[in-house]
Amino acid sequence: MTATAPPQPRDPSRTRTSRAIRTGGGLSLRIEPRALLATLLLAVVALGMGVVLIGSGDFPMSPGDVVRTLLGNGTASQEFIVTELRMPRAVVALLVGAALGASGAVFQSISRNPLGSPDVIGFGQGATAGALTVIVLFKGDALAVTGGALVGCLLTGAAVYFLAWKRGVHGFRLVLVGIGAAAMLTAVNHYLITKASIVDATRATVWMTGSLDGRGWEQAWPLLGVCAVLIPLMLGHGRSLRMMEMGDDAAYALGVGVERVRLVLMLSAVLLIAVATAAAGPIAFVALSAPQLARRLTRSPGANLGASVCMGAALLVVADWIAQQGLGGTQMPVGVVTGVLGGCYLLWLLVAERKAGRI
Amino acid sequence: MTTEKNPRSMPVQCQRLSAESVTLAYDDRVIAEDLSVEIPDHSFTVIVGPNACGKSTLLRALSRMLKPSQGRVLLDGHAIGSMPAKKVAKTLGLLPQSSVAPDGITVADLVARGRYPHQGLLRQWSPQDERIVEESMRSTGVGELADRYVDELSGGQRQRVWIAMALAQQTPLLLLDEPTTFLDIQHQIDVLDLCAELHETRGRTLVAVLHDLNHAARYATHLIAMRDGEIVAQGPPAEVVTAELVERVFRLRCQVIDDPETGTPLVVPAARQARGRAVAAPATAAS
Repeated sequence: MTATAPPQPRDPSRTRTSRAIRTGGGLSLRIEPRALLATLLLAVVALGMGVVLIGSGDFPMSPGDVVRTLLGNGTASQEFIVTELRMPRAVVALLVGAALGASGAVFQSISRNPLGSPDVIGFGQGATAGALTVIVLFKGDALAVTGGALVGCLLTGAAVYFLAWKRGVHGFRLVLVGIGAAAMLTAVNHYLITKASIVDATRATVWMTGSLDGRGWEQAWPLLGVCAVLIPLMLGHGRSLRMMEMGDDAAYALGVGVERVRLVLMLSAVLLIAVATAAAGPIAFVALSAPQLARRLTRSPGANLGASVCMGAALLVVADWIAQQGLGGTQMPVGVVTGVLGGCYLLWLLVAERKAGRI
Repeated sequence: MTTEKNPRSMPVQCQRLSAESVTLAYDDRVIAEDLSVEIPDHSFTVIVGPNACGKSTLLRALSRMLKPSQGRVLLDGHAIGSMPAKKVAKTLGLLPQSSVAPDGITVADLVARGRYPHQGLLRQWSPQDERIVEESMRSTGVGELADRYVDELSGGQRQRVWIAMALAQQTPLLLLDEPTTFLDIQHQIDVLDLCAELHETRGRTLVAVLHDLNHAARYATHLIAMRDGEIVAQGPPAEVVTAELVERVFRLRCQVIDDPETGTPLVVPAARQARGRAVAAPATAAS
């Protein structure tokens, strides 16, 4: 939208982006119609693509059949294919995408920098280092690899937080410390691969690409549990997070418990990214791009946590569908698709930022 | 009466905002030690002093942005650090020196954020919020800009928007950290006029840090002069601003004459030739 003379007279209950809904009894909500619509639309796209994803494969099913089966009215074989084989993968895709979107939005908002997202500031590399250590040094099984990734990610998160911490985390410090950590961990990861046997190295490389192949309910349930607790918690702090984008002093002056909110949000975001990465490997660029795309779609200033969550889920489901179906018979790990899409997106973002004179 | 170098000998009154022998430090760099100050209710208090004298630090402590390493800041008789953040935010507002307007936010939306401490999850936007935001925008003269993006505004307009946001918070006490910095002279006067009006017509207590001594002398009802982390003098500008005090606080030789417009003290720095000796004399460096 361009700047034009405001229409006169103004209706004070409406601003350009928001309007108020009030009920009797003093209840009042402030909503941004465009943001709400965009979020709902993204949620529908994510769930719809989830259904399409479940329907596609060697035994194709129409979305109608999938929904019927999900409601418990399918044949026994449909039931088996949907609930046992394909649904867990779709659920993992949705949840991993949602987790990446949420934690990306939080970190970008706290660092006030799109590059402050978890995959740039070393969390993915930290998880990889943990997973590779288990694969190469301990020859651990899949469960142990998941645990290794979880521990690696949490340790990296803690290290970056404490190194960047100086009277509150500052955006640039967080990004620079994170990029440093990412570089070091990448070196460690490469070293681990050179030490690995050929079998372990293959396993490690597959893990590092990020994939949803063969994900079952044993990955889906823990992920669902963590997301069900942390995502609502983060959404509940969304208003405070928006205040903090005006600077710590301004937020503090408005009565936001800046340090507490930041700690809660960062801790939740690191936990989310850790469980997501443990479940699917370090999937590139979703955490970086989902909040940015969500912001452009909602045209609402600041962190749009809800929209980012839905955008992340939609992105990952679409990417997984492309990974499975995009190249005819050839299947790809989903990390390859998000990497290629995200790379293009990052370039576009950098060009756009330069045009806007911010870089 | 000019209270010189002995702020603690002042009678202890029940002022809403005061600092009790606070030590202020960033990490181990001590800015001020054993500093006590009381902000007279319903005053327009201005803190002046040379760079690095601790005036902004004192304001940060009064607004609980900086936790004193010793002593305490009292708001309505309670230690401000142990009060709930939202409760403080309903009584005491702050206009920080640097705030960032989120990308793509409109003036009305930014001003509306000032209502945050009065809102809750289920009470996000009451008719009262709406009225107060409108009124805050009107009284700061940004009503016509309501639907414009903050990024598009000039520096002076933007500062008015931030003040409108602080006003929408509706606090009886408002602290302003160098509200006129980076503004041209016309906008500086605009902002100060606005402050004076808030103080006069609404009886709010204002505390501002200002760089310009003449602005301070013209607008303040209570002046606090600081040097090296200590309060050198405080009182009404007409009593505080004297040639000796300016020399003592700012190390500047000057004449103090009556402002032809308002009759308040006006500091006129001595000509270079006349100051020759003063410059040559060993100037005490700030610590």
